[in-house]
Amino acid sequence: MSGSIRLRGSIQRRLIVQLLTGAALLATLMFLVVQSYARDLAGQSQDEILAASVTAILDSAAVRNGDLTVDIPYFAFSMLGNISEDRVFYTITRNGEFLTGYPDLPKPMAATDTAPRFRTDSYDGESIRMVTATRRMSINGQPDFIEVTVAQTRYGLRQQLAGISRTVAGFGLGFFVIAALFGILAAQSAIQPLRQLAGSVSRRGLSDLRPVSAPVPAEMEVLVGALNGFMSRLKASLARSEDLIAEAAHRVRTPLTTVRTQAEITLRRVDKPQNRQAVREMIRAIDESSRAAGQLLDHAMVSFRSDHLEVEDVEICRLTRDAVSRVVPMADLRDIELDVTIPEAAICVKGDAILLQSALLNLLDNAIKYSPPDSRVYVTVRVVETGVEITVQDNGEGFPKADMGRLTRRFVRGSNTETVVGSGLGLTIVNEVARAHGGQLLLTNSSEKGGACASLYFPLA
Amino acid sequence: MRKFVLSLGLSLLCWQWAALPLQAFEIEDHISVGPADARQVLRVISNGDAEFFEPTIRDFLSSRPDVRVDYTVASSSELMVAMGREGHNVDLAISSATDLQTKLVNDGLSRKYVSSVTAQLPEWARWRDNLFAFTQEPAAIVLSRSALAGLPIPKSRQELIGLMREHPDRFEGKVGTYDLQTSGLGYLFATQDARTSETYWRLSEVMGSFGVKLYCCSSQMIDDVSSGELALAYNVLGSYARAKGNPDEVIVMLPQDYTIIMMRTAFIPKTSEAPELAGLFIDHLIARGWEAAPGAVSVSEEDAWTGEAQALRRIRMGPGLLVYLDRLKKAAFLSEWSSAILQ
Ligand SMILES: Nc1ncnc2c1ncn2[C@@H]1O[C@H](COP(=O)(O)OP(=O)(O)O)[C@@H](O)[C@H]1O
Ligand SMILES: [Mg+2]
Repeated sequence: MSGSIRLRGSIQRRLIVQLLTGAALLATLMFLVVQSYARDLAGQSQDEILAASVTAILDSAAVRNGDLTVDIPYFAFSMLGNISEDRVFYTITRNGEFLTGYPDLPKPMAATDTAPRFRTDSYDGESIRMVTATRRMSINGQPDFIEVTVAQTRYGLRQQLAGISRTVAGFGLGFFVIAALFGILAAQSAIQPLRQLAGSVSRRGLSDLRPVSAPVPAEMEVLVGALNGFMSRLKASLARSEDLIAEAAHRVRTPLTTVRTQAEITLRRVDKPQNRQAVREMIRAIDESSRAAGQLLDHAMVSFRSDHLEVEDVEICRLTRDAVSRVVPMADLRDIELDVTIPEAAICVKGDAILLQSALLNLLDNAIKYSPPDSRVYVTVRVVETGVEITVQDNGEGFPKADMGRLTRRFVRGSNTETVVGSGLGLTIVNEVARAHGGQLLLTNSSEKGGACASLYFPLA
Repeated sequence: MRKFVLSLGLSLLCWQWAALPLQAFEIEDHISVGPADARQVLRVISNGDAEFFEPTIRDFLSSRPDVRVDYTVASSSELMVAMGREGHNVDLAISSATDLQTKLVNDGLSRKYVSSVTAQLPEWARWRDNLFAFTQEPAAIVLSRSALAGLPIPKSRQELIGLMREHPDRFEGKVGTYDLQTSGLGYLFATQDARTSETYWRLSEVMGSFGVKLYCCSSQMIDDVSSGELALAYNVLGSYARAKGNPDEVIVMLPQDYTIIMMRTAFIPKTSEAPELAGLFIDHLIARGWEAAPGAVSVSEEDAWTGEAQALRRIRMGPGLLVYLDRLKKAAFLSEWSSAILQ
C-alpha cells in the first residue's frame, strides 16, 4: 500500500540537516570570534610589555654633569624574555642621531605626540612588533629628544595563538557534537506526535471511525481536524448506505410477506400437479428473497449496533438455551435432534444480548440447514481459560475446504449450497459480532468426512 | 691505532695551521683530531682549552671513524668577531661567555636544533632551541689558607667585607679579581653580581682600597693564591679552582648570600656546513661535555652545590643578557667599576 505513496524528503532529516548546519555555523563563528579575540589579547599583552620596556629605558635617561646618559635597566629586556623566547632588538636615538642598539632596525613612524607608537614590520627575515616612544629632555635649556624603539619577533605569539586555536577548535568541535546530539533528539521528539498519530490510526479496526481524541500539539490541530472531519464524513456516508440497504430490504420484505401468503392460498386452490409445482417453486423463491432481505436487515442492524456497542452483563447459558428453543420448530421439520450441553452455573460476558443472540441463531440455522435430515446437532457451552466457548457441531458434509478462508466475507457462499437457501451473510454477521466483542469465530471440520464445527469464543466479563 | 691517529693529527697540525685562511681574529690554539682524509669535518670554535676538550672529542669520534674535528681556540670576544665576520668557517660555536652567545643567537646567527637529548634539557639550559648549556660552573671566592691562618673563614660577601676591614694588614696588596676591561667572563660575573646585589659595589670599593690586582684568567689567580701571593681572589671559576687548586693551600668558598653559576653553551651557526654532525656533537656535549671543563657539573644535576650555597643564581639565557652588552651600558658600567676599584 505504501508503494503507491509518493515521498518527497523527510521532515526529520530536513530538521536534522538544518539544526546541524546551524550548529556548525555557530561553532565556526565561535572559533573565529574567540580566535580573533585571543589574537587581539595576545597582541595586546605583547604590546604592553614592549611599551613597558620602552618606558623603563626612557625613564633611565638622565642628564648628568650636563650630559645625557641612558642606563638601560636589566629588567627592561629581561621581562621580554619572561613570556617567550623571542628575539629582541632595540634602537636608541638622540635628536634623530643613532646612539646605540641595532642601527638597521626599520625606522619608526614619526612622532605625533609622546604616546608610544606601535608598528608591525619585518627585520632579518622575521616579522617583528615594534614599539617606539619619545621623551623630551632639556640640557642647558636646549630641548633634546630621546627616542627608544624596542622590537620583538612574534614567534611566541604565534605559538600561543596556535595553542589557543587548538583549544578553541576542540571546544568548537565539542559544542558542535553536543548541539548535534540535541538537534537529533529535538528532531525526533518533534516528529514523535506524528508517529503516535499514525500509529494510533493504523492500529484501529476497519470500522473504527471515531474522531482522534488524544491531545496533539497545536501545529497538528489542522491535520487532526481535517482527519477527524474526513472520518466523520466517511462514517456518515457509510451509515447512509447501510440505512439505504436496511430500508430497501425492509421495503422488499413487507410486500414479499403478502405475496407469500397469497401464493400459499393459491397453492391450496390449485389442483393440477404441474401448477402446484410451479406455485411451490414460487414460494421457495419468495422465501429465499425474504431470507436475504432479512439477513440484509440483520447485517445492517449488527453493523450499527457494533459501532455503538452498548455493553451489559449477558448470561451466556440462558442466552444459548433461548436461542436453541427458538430453532426447535425448524429442527423438528427436518427431524433433527438438538443435543445441548450447558453448565448449570451462570457464565457472564460483557456484550450486547441482541447481537450475541443473532450470532448464535445464525450458527444454529446453518447447522440445521447443512445437516442431513434425521441427524444430530450438538450445542456445547464451556468455560476455557479466560473465556467462554460456544460450539455448534453437526454431522453434515462440513465446511467446503476450498472456501474455508473466505466464508466469513459478505455474500460468499460455499460450493455445497445448490439445494440450500441462503444469502451468504450468516457467517459475516457471526464474525462481526465476535470481533465487536473482542471475541473470535473459529471454523473447523471435526473429521475428514465432514461434521462442521463452528465455535464462538468470548472473553469473560 | 689511536696513537697513530693522534700522531697523524699532530703531524697534520702544522700543515693545518698553515692552511687556515687568513684569520681576521686571534687564534690561541688549534688541534685536529681524526683522519686527515676524513669524509666529514666538524669545525669547532671554542674558548675552552684544547687540552681539556680533546678527550671529549676523541670520545665523540670513537664511534665515527670517518669524521675529523678541527678545534680552534679563541677568546670569547675574538669568537664574537669570528662569528660576525667569518661565520662561514665554523660548524659549532662553544663558549663560556653566555652573554655573548645569547647575543649571537638573538641576532640570528644560529640555527635551530632539536633532538631527544636537547628535549630533555631543563628549561634554563636551552634558549630558543638554538643555544644549549652543557656545564654548570660556579663563581667562587678563593682564599689562601696560609694568609688567613687563625682567622674565621667568611661564608658570605658581607662576612668577607667585615673580615677585610678588621684585618687590613692581611689583605693589603693581596687581593685579586678579573680585569673587566679584558676578561669577558669577569665582566659577565661582575654584571650578574651588580644586578643581584648592591654588596658587589661595596666589596669592589673595599678591594680597590687594598690595591686590587687584576687578572685575565682564573688559572693565574688560583696559582697566585696557592703560592700565597694572594690572600683572596674574587669571582674565580670555583669548579676549576677545586679541580686544580691544592686543598691544603686554597679554600674554595661558594658565598652563601648568592652564588652565580655560569654555563658553557654551544650553538650551531646558521652557515654551518655540517649541521647534523654539529647537532650530534651538541648531544654528546650535553651528555659528556662537563668533563671538558675541570670540576664542572653536568646540566642534568639540577641541585648541585645546594648543600653549600643557599642561593644559586644561574645566569639566565635570554634578552636580559643583551643589556650589559649594550655599548653605552657597558661603557657606563666599566667606568663605574673603574672608579670603584681603581681609586
Ligand atoms: N454447518 C455448515 N455445514 C457446511 N457448510 C456450512 C455450514 N455453515 C456454513 N456453511 C458454508 O458456509 C457458507 C457461508 O455460510 P453463511 O454465511 O451462513 O451463508 P448461507 O446463507 O449460505 O448459509 C455457506 O454457504 C456454506 O457453504
Ligand atoms: Mg447461513
